[in-house]
Amino acid sequence: MQLIFEKSRTGRSGFMLPEIDVPVVAGLPEKYCRKQAPSLPEVSELDVVRHFTNLSRLNFSVDTNFYPLGSCTMKYNPKFTEKICALDGFSDLHPLLPQLLGGGMLAQGALEVLYNTERLLSEITGMSAFTTQPLAGAHGELTGVMLIAAYHKYNGEHRKHIIIPDSSHGTNPASAAIAGYNVVVIPTDKDGFLDMQAYKQALNQETAAVMLTCPDTLGIFNPRIKEIADLAHAAGALMYYDGANLNAILGKCRPGDIGFDVIHLNLHKTFATPHGGGGPGAGPVGVCEKLIDFLPISRVIRRSDGTFALDYHKHKSIGYIAPFYGNFGVILKAYAYILRLGKSGLIEASENAVLSANYCLARLRDYYAPAYGKSCMHECVLSAAKQLEQGVHALDIAKYLIDRGFHPPTIYFPMIVKEAMMIEPTETESKETLDAFIEVMIEAASLAKTNPEALHSAPLSMSVKRLDETKAAREPNLRWKPK
Amino acid sequence: MTIPENLLYTKDHEWARLDGDKVTMGITDFAQGSLGDITFIDLPKPGAKVEQSKWCATVESVKAASDVYAPFSGEVLKVNTQLTGHPELVNKSAYDAGWFAVVKISDLEEKNKLMNSTQYKEYIQGLSK
Repeated sequence: MQLIFEKSRTGRSGFMLPEIDVPVVAGLPEKYCRKQAPSLPEVSELDVVRHFTNLSRLNFSVDTNFYPLGSCTMKYNPKFTEKICALDGFSDLHPLLPQLLGGGMLAQGALEVLYNTERLLSEITGMSAFTTQPLAGAHGELTGVMLIAAYHKYNGEHRKHIIIPDSSHGTNPASAAIAGYNVVVIPTDKDGFLDMQAYKQALNQETAAVMLTCPDTLGIFNPRIKEIADLAHAAGALMYYDGANLNAILGKCRPGDIGFDVIHLNLHKTFATPHGGGGPGAGPVGVCEKLIDFLPISRVIRRSDGTFALDYHKHKSIGYIAPFYGNFGVILKAYAYILRLGKSGLIEASENAVLSANYCLARLRDYYAPAYGKSCMHECVLSAAKQLEQGVHALDIAKYLIDRGFHPPTIYFPMIVKEAMMIEPTETESKETLDAFIEVMIEAASLAKTNPEALHSAPLSMSVKRLDETKAAREPNLRWKPK
Repeated sequence: MTIPENLLYTKDHEWARLDGDKVTMGITDFAQGSLGDITFIDLPKPGAKVEQSKWCATVESVKAASDVYAPFSGEVLKVNTQLTGHPELVNKSAYDAGWFAVVKISDLEEKNKLMNSTQYKEYIQGLSK
């Protein structure tokens, strides 16, 4: 497909400017004048419409295809939440309204949504309070670690490091490091769990927190999670829960009940808000009782007369972490989703997510080596190590899936699994879709034996063929230039 | 996969070539093979102090970014500036042209914590079980 710059023809345009009816002012200083005209495409309106419509048709999305990208929970986002967000009373609100004298009374509905969402998320996760302000999961993580730092500082302690397993999401060590902590990495034992001996050795009076996700990135639930939390607490450290994998445990287990003190959620995963591809996102943070006072301002409060307001007077708060109250539209969608599904619906969603992943695991385990264990939670990790013997990599299988109309699973993560393929089907896919995907995976496994070249040359059906990822990373060429 | 006999090895897949109180270091053939095509390398600065088993460099490949740990504590004397423009040297020649840094060793006793080629070979075989 041609770039829009390549469609450009001198003199062609898609607009007509009115004649200038004000005096033309000359004399702009030389240094502000361009030496040559900007290189913008000269195209008609139809050129633009066709170009972007065709470009959008190349897009691969949950709305068009199965998207089992592990760890990302690419569930379908029901469209009714879009309708609710589009209601004038929400979409036309000015974000400064609650700060205007008397303005809060004109934004009661929105404030109530924020207030109720915090309560619902607290109930779902077993935490005491939530802030919906963080603008993405990683931002929520940083906020969570800042809360941990504020808590220790308030108690007069100078703790230096945060313990993180080697199977963690890359954002965990990044958040800890940005908040000023050293990172101590704990290896995974032969069963795929945190190595308890290494953990006990690393844990001491300098440990600020232990960052975990449960089920972990291998898609398995750690049966010793309570013991890990008890050890951390005994050493004076806090437990941080990465909510990326919450979709596996709704209504079954609450992080707050098993000893987690801070948690962030990715609303775009568990609560079916759009995966932004850069935003807007939402990464609400929940805390246990003893951390409430440190939450960022403002806090949404309910007055004794039942009305809602924003409270900025929290002297222990870590302060502002974002303008306004988070990405309100995203929070609203999650709120609508939670209310629509209700308690039983959320539990059923988790159960089906786990069932779908186990179905994939059960049907594929004879073809690809499972990373760990007999069963999994909401995602299963398989290895293409067997296929590697034929010279076929996880990457080749991923590219072949694209040809067959499926988004590839996450590959090469978690990094501790050789040729990892991490499949997260989610609860929103039918058995027929899962079967079709599984058949293609089996087909790929058999091609690896009989005709590995077919996998090496995939994808063949896309507008671009196999890309040279190495060259793209070593010599990035991001800008079009005229020849 | 090659494992030269005259080198020392770490569990994190770095190699070390001793020369008096100096050591040349890099990542092993096994490490470069597991990482895949390397696209970027962040090296320490000459003069920097490094500690055994602590961070000294970062390697990015098409698959992942990984930390590289110093096999010995000491002071970085020089680094392989070739790697900045040609990270593929590590893929092509992990033990020679793909060296990372030369470090002046502060405690030679630290070599007791490293493996020889036979031990490293066994260690790798253990990993793939």
